[in-house]
Amino acid sequence: MFRFLSGFGSYWLLLGRVFSKPEKYPVYYRQTMKEFVSLGLNSIGIVTIISFFMGAVITLQTAYNTENPIYPTYLIGLGARDSILLEFSSTIVALILAGKVGSNIASEIGTMRVTEQIDALELMGVNSASYIILPKVIATLLFNPFLTLISIITGILGGWIVGTSAGVITSQDYVYGIQYAFIPYYITYAIIKTLFFAFIITTISAHQGYYVEGGSLEVGRASTRAVVYSSITILLFNVILTQLLLS
Amino acid sequence: MIRAEHISKTFGDREVLKDISAVFEPGQTNLIIGKSGSGKTVFLKCIVGLLEVDEGTIYYDEKLFTGLDFTGKKEIRKEMGMLFQGSALFDSMSVEENVRFPLDMFTTMTDEEKLDRVNFCLKRVNLVNSNPLFPSELSGGMKKRVAIARAIALNPRFLFCDEPNSGLDPKTSIIIDELIREITIEMNMTTIVNTHDMNSVMENGEKIIFIEEGEKCWEGNKNEILKSDCRILNEFVFANALARQLKESSR
Ligand SMILES: Nc1ncnc2c1ncn2[C@@H]1O[C@H](COP(=O)(O)OP(=O)(O)O)[C@@H](O)[C@H]1O
Ligand SMILES: [Mg+2]
Repeated sequence: MFRFLSGFGSYWLLLGRVFSKPEKYPVYYRQTMKEFVSLGLNSIGIVTIISFFMGAVITLQTAYNTENPIYPTYLIGLGARDSILLEFSSTIVALILAGKVGSNIASEIGTMRVTEQIDALELMGVNSASYIILPKVIATLLFNPFLTLISIITGILGGWIVGTSAGVITSQDYVYGIQYAFIPYYITYAIIKTLFFAFIITTISAHQGYYVEGGSLEVGRASTRAVVYSSITILLFNVILTQLLLS
Repeated sequence: MIRAEHISKTFGDREVLKDISAVFEPGQTNLIIGKSGSGKTVFLKCIVGLLEVDEGTIYYDEKLFTGLDFTGKKEIRKEMGMLFQGSALFDSMSVEENVRFPLDMFTTMTDEEKLDRVNFCLKRVNLVNSNPLFPSELSGGMKKRVAIARAIALNPRFLFCDEPNSGLDPKTSIIIDELIREITIEMNMTTIVNTHDMNSVMENGEKIIFIEEGEKCWEGNKNEILKSDCRILNEFVFANALARQLKESSR
């Protein structure tokens, strides 16, 4: 319990240092561009693949669970669309990114800590917390909404391709269902959740990495903790945000 | 000149530094020697402010350093360069970017001026044509050179080296030691070097401070060190067989 509280305190102190005024904008800009590639572009592949298959599975399951002649089949498209928008493309994708991006951030920063690269920055008079973490926060906040949109599109596409080729729904019904009673606010909702989750993943993982003590073993532990803590926090905030945004 | 007065540092209930005082003069290589785990790295990190001291004060040229906040320390830090034990090069940057980093961060030089300065520093450490290489492609000795080049990029007045020849073969060690000594004289820096390597002690020891279990046991130079009566120091200095034999035969 004490460890939890002191960790919580050091997390907020670290955030305070992260969001202090950057020293040199061009250097920060360059770092942010690098992070776009390593944290954003490099995640497109996994998000696309997972979304495609999840979209397909969601469509098939919705279809098999509603095999009742009184339901019109276009409801399958509608059901798949709403699952993807409301839960899948924001929360599940965030959990997957917590695994990929979170462990990447924690181990990168942890390695910088144990190899004294953070000390080297501090010695030069650089605010190491801000220099290392701020570009990552900005890059994920700006890029993850695109990942969510990509996930929504490939998820719906996956459902369409697999649903129609498995013969559970016609292309016409699926497309009709996708458009039927569409609530644009759901997209906003997905994006808002994504922004919160991106912030959670990046800052919690960075905090775990930044305070590593010891050697490569501890870096490994920190990166596991980063994934676990950010996943749990995401699930917690998912409940809170859903209650706040949809009620 | 750097002056440390009555420095004490405790981790939990483990007292790592006990009331150490020392003065380090410019234009010479000041050595801190002692066994592994005696507290050399902690002492050096306290001097540069990477660790907060529990007690004691540190002055840089009569300017009080301990107790300054981040901005206050930053002013003095611009005049510091440090060579870390594992070199601490930035993995994600090439050799050129590593040396250019302090210039990017703290100067308003043009790109051309920066490149000139980078090449000058790399040439000074005898490392040419390595600009595009990444740290993972360098040998231990090359990494140390790049780290030295980065440390001197901003023309520091204070240079700190933590075990500059750990992990190097004896010949490369000597080259790195000489490089540090030459640069110290050329730039008239106050240089502090941590080492447990007796070769460097006998080469460079213009001023030597011996630490044992966090306490300063002895202070002197390389000529005095062989004649000292301090028992713990003698155990350290004459730890290897060759040195012991030399001592016996010189009697
Ligand atoms: N951050 C720390 N927390 C707790 N103990 C430490 C820390 N850093 C160093 N120590 C302890 O201080 C002692 C001196 O370490 P150090 O200065 O690294 O020795 P060396 O002379 O080999 O450089 C060691 O016993 C080490 O365990
Ligand atoms: Mg050490």
